[in-house]
Amino acid sequence: MSANNEPNIVAFLCNWCSYAGADLAGTSRVHYPSNVQVIRVMCTGRVNPLYVMNALQQGADGVLVSGCHPGDCHYMEGNYYARRRLGMLKDLMEFVGVDPRRFHMSWVSASEGHKWKEVVEKTVEDAREAGSFEGFRRRQIDW
Amino acid sequence: MTDKPKVGVYICHCGINISSTVDVEAVEEFALKLPSVKVARTYSYMCSDPGQALIKEDIKEQGLNRIVVASCSPRMHEPTFRKAIQEAGLNPYFLEMANIREQCSWVHEETEEATAKAKKLITASVAKVRLLEALEAKEVDAEPAALVIGAGIAGIQAALDIADAGFKTYLVEKTPSVGGRMAQLDKTFPTLDCSACILTPKMVDCASHPNIELLSYSEVEEIGGYIGNFDVKVRKKARYVDFDKCTGCGECAAECRVANRIPNEFDQGMGKRSAIYLPFPQAVPAKYTIDPENCLYLSKGKCGKSPKCQDVCGAEAINFEQEDEIVEFKVGAIIVATGFDPFDASRKPEYGYDDYPNVITGMEMERLVSASGPTGGKVMISNGEEEIEPKEIAFIKCVGSRDESVGNEYCSRVCCMYTAKQAHLIRDKLPDANIRIYYMDVRAFGKGYEEFYDRVRRENVRYIRGNPSEIFKRGNKLVVKAENTLTSTPVEDEVDMVVLGVGLEPRAEMRKVMDLLRLSQSPDKFFLEAHPKLRPVDTATDGVFLAGCCQGPKDIPDTVAQAKGAASSALIPLARGKVTIDAQVAEVNEATCRGCGFCVEICPYTAIEMTTVNRFGHEVEVARVNEALCKGCGSCSAACLSDSIQPKSFRDRQILPQIAALGVLK
Ligand SMILES: Cc1cc2nc3c(=O)[nH]c(=O)nc-3n(C[C@H](O)[C@H](O)[C@H](O)COP(=O)(O)OP(=O)(O)OC[C@H]3O[C@@H](n4cnc5c(N)ncnc54)[C@H](O)[C@@H]3O)c2cc1C
Repeated sequence: MSANNEPNIVAFLCNWCSYAGADLAGTSRVHYPSNVQVIRVMCTGRVNPLYVMNALQQGADGVLVSGCHPGDCHYMEGNYYARRRLGMLKDLMEFVGVDPRRFHMSWVSASEGHKWKEVVEKTVEDAREAGSFEGFRRRQIDW
Repeated sequence: MTDKPKVGVYICHCGINISSTVDVEAVEEFALKLPSVKVARTYSYMCSDPGQALIKEDIKEQGLNRIVVASCSPRMHEPTFRKAIQEAGLNPYFLEMANIREQCSWVHEETEEATAKAKKLITASVAKVRLLEALEAKEVDAEPAALVIGAGIAGIQAALDIADAGFKTYLVEKTPSVGGRMAQLDKTFPTLDCSACILTPKMVDCASHPNIELLSYSEVEEIGGYIGNFDVKVRKKARYVDFDKCTGCGECAAECRVANRIPNEFDQGMGKRSAIYLPFPQAVPAKYTIDPENCLYLSKGKCGKSPKCQDVCGAEAINFEQEDEIVEFKVGAIIVATGFDPFDASRKPEYGYDDYPNVITGMEMERLVSASGPTGGKVMISNGEEEIEPKEIAFIKCVGSRDESVGNEYCSRVCCMYTAKQAHLIRDKLPDANIRIYYMDVRAFGKGYEEFYDRVRRENVRYIRGNPSEIFKRGNKLVVKAENTLTSTPVEDEVDMVVLGVGLEPRAEMRKVMDLLRLSQSPDKFFLEAHPKLRPVDTATDGVFLAGCCQGPKDIPDTVAQAKGAASSALIPLARGKVTIDAQVAEVNEATCRGCGFCVEICPYTAIEMTTVNRFGHEVEVARVNEALCKGCGSCSAACLSDSIQPKSFRDRQILPQIAALGVLK
């Protein structure tokens, strides 16, 4: 959390649906909280579950992964892989004591600018409720 | 990477689009302090020539070797800046964009928060750009042929243009004939050309063109590959009629035991056909088709003593043994032209379309006024008791358009004009009829449209502003209940016939084409173009283009214009003969690959194969990527147990620093 108690959230968005949806939110001038920082990947299938852990370890209070709706993946099945891998990760995180509200997965299509706003709001609200994350020993990589 | 990264950060004002919310000077100052950053600048329009020149000069004079542009979405201008830095002698992949417009200045209101976020996004970009690698885009040959899916006016026009340019074109049409919805229209606004007269020659052309292979009554089953090299599999459905033998004489249809018993789709179910049929007289190809659901022999196994069609066919063309045929071919580009469905008026039950025979749709009206239609062009309608010539006629516009209650917020763009056209056509046939049109707005935007609308009003057609709430029956009349919103008076209007100006909707079965080609839908559910203004015929899938109403409601002039646009775009790879394959593909580190083969199983494109290599004197199995097939999604990488397979530009070592950079700025 920053000084003013705002959660810091890292989001991984697929290029084709969710990143485009977030762009559309911009073109439509939909306003939403600024806590979410986006890292663009080509497909949610690219998101190694370790990235999520890594983000939490590096200072994020919450992580969001968002891709195409099931069945709509630009690469046919990447989001199915993501759903499996990250679903398992979510269970594991809960098991090791990480508040599940810190990790969200969502499906936002290229036309869902408004949905993107809702997803951001929900993610931020949940992370805010979960509070600042100090659960992992900080391993700040000097990039 | 031998040379140390020297990063230039370029922050765009985008006029005031960015600079009114993001304090660009503060961001510039901040960027200068980031590791490896040598230059940071702001400029009003980075994408402009002088903006690009700024970057190019710095690359040359300051020896920059990595560039971060903080401006709009990379989906917008990444190609622009890649090209610019390449022109300055840098590898085009040494670029990273920070999206501080669509995902920052446009979505946050406070300068403080927007500026803070812009700083974070730029930090992450700098973190990544330092570790990007030089990549080389590869060229492969493009198959000099195209596939067009759907043979309405859009598909026909696109196919003709590509074929005329000298390339083989496969035109696949689902129904037995080409022509699409335009073939069903009577006259066309605003010039009132007879639809068949202007369409039929084009239909014939596309069937006889030496470069067009028309696959009617066919559907695309599978599409693999990528731009320049698509592999297509088409199912030619069995017509149960030998295509080469059938002369189109029609004796079979006349003799069919269920003749005049089956609703004719072409006449919107108002006319009747046989089980063996030609959809309409000008159908192309002029070959008969047996509808297996209604044919007694095919559905029940028995048709009297013997099928009559077979008995009378002198050409011996009837073949009940015929089976579907699979055709496979390769193309370099694909055009989707699958058109629209008229809005289903049953979804507005208050208008009683399902209850009253004299409430009809605009599409049905086209058939009713057509000389080749079910009534031979006579406007006759049943009022539930008898067939009458209607005297009082009401049109209702915007049925299923501009109507959130049915999920369609958009305007269908043709109903204002086709309603005016139909009012005119009825006026021609029934000079004494009283015609009124209930409307919300009149949108007569095209060339000659306003003039046509004026003409129709002068022809004693009344326009009443108000959206009817209900239609019910009183005696043998229909009552249209509305409020005239110009005079604020309630109306109960007794009429003989109501025509619903139904809007245009995406095809109900568009899902299949969507899945075949990985297309997306826009909020209105039509196919989504790559950019609403600048790439209106492209899609997110390279080499796949859109034409006609499948992309959004359109009139014929716009449909034809878009089809020509799509054809010219599809011709680019065909004419060049080559396509550039994205360089951001996966790569295997053969020294660490354990040969487990997980990636092989995961790859949706079968782009990874196992191969044997010699590692320190041992034969071992490792994975290897076929760069022409790989699309760079990276699903393999997230599954790799030894981090050995990595998509270029999205490697772990390029993404992890981004994550770290965002963490530091907590
Ligand atoms: C009542 C009405 C009146 C109109 N009057 C006028 C007018 O007067 N003037 C005017 O300019 N415009 C008019 N229009 C608009 C006009 O009809 C359209 O602009 C035009 O038909 C669009 O052509 P298209 O090729 O895009 O689509 P369509 O005509 O719908 O053609 C699409 C074709 O693709 C085929 N297809 C669909 N899916 C597949 C698939 N998966 N595989 C293979 N084939 C497939 C279909 O069978 C069809 O043949 C009117 C529209 C309506 C509803």
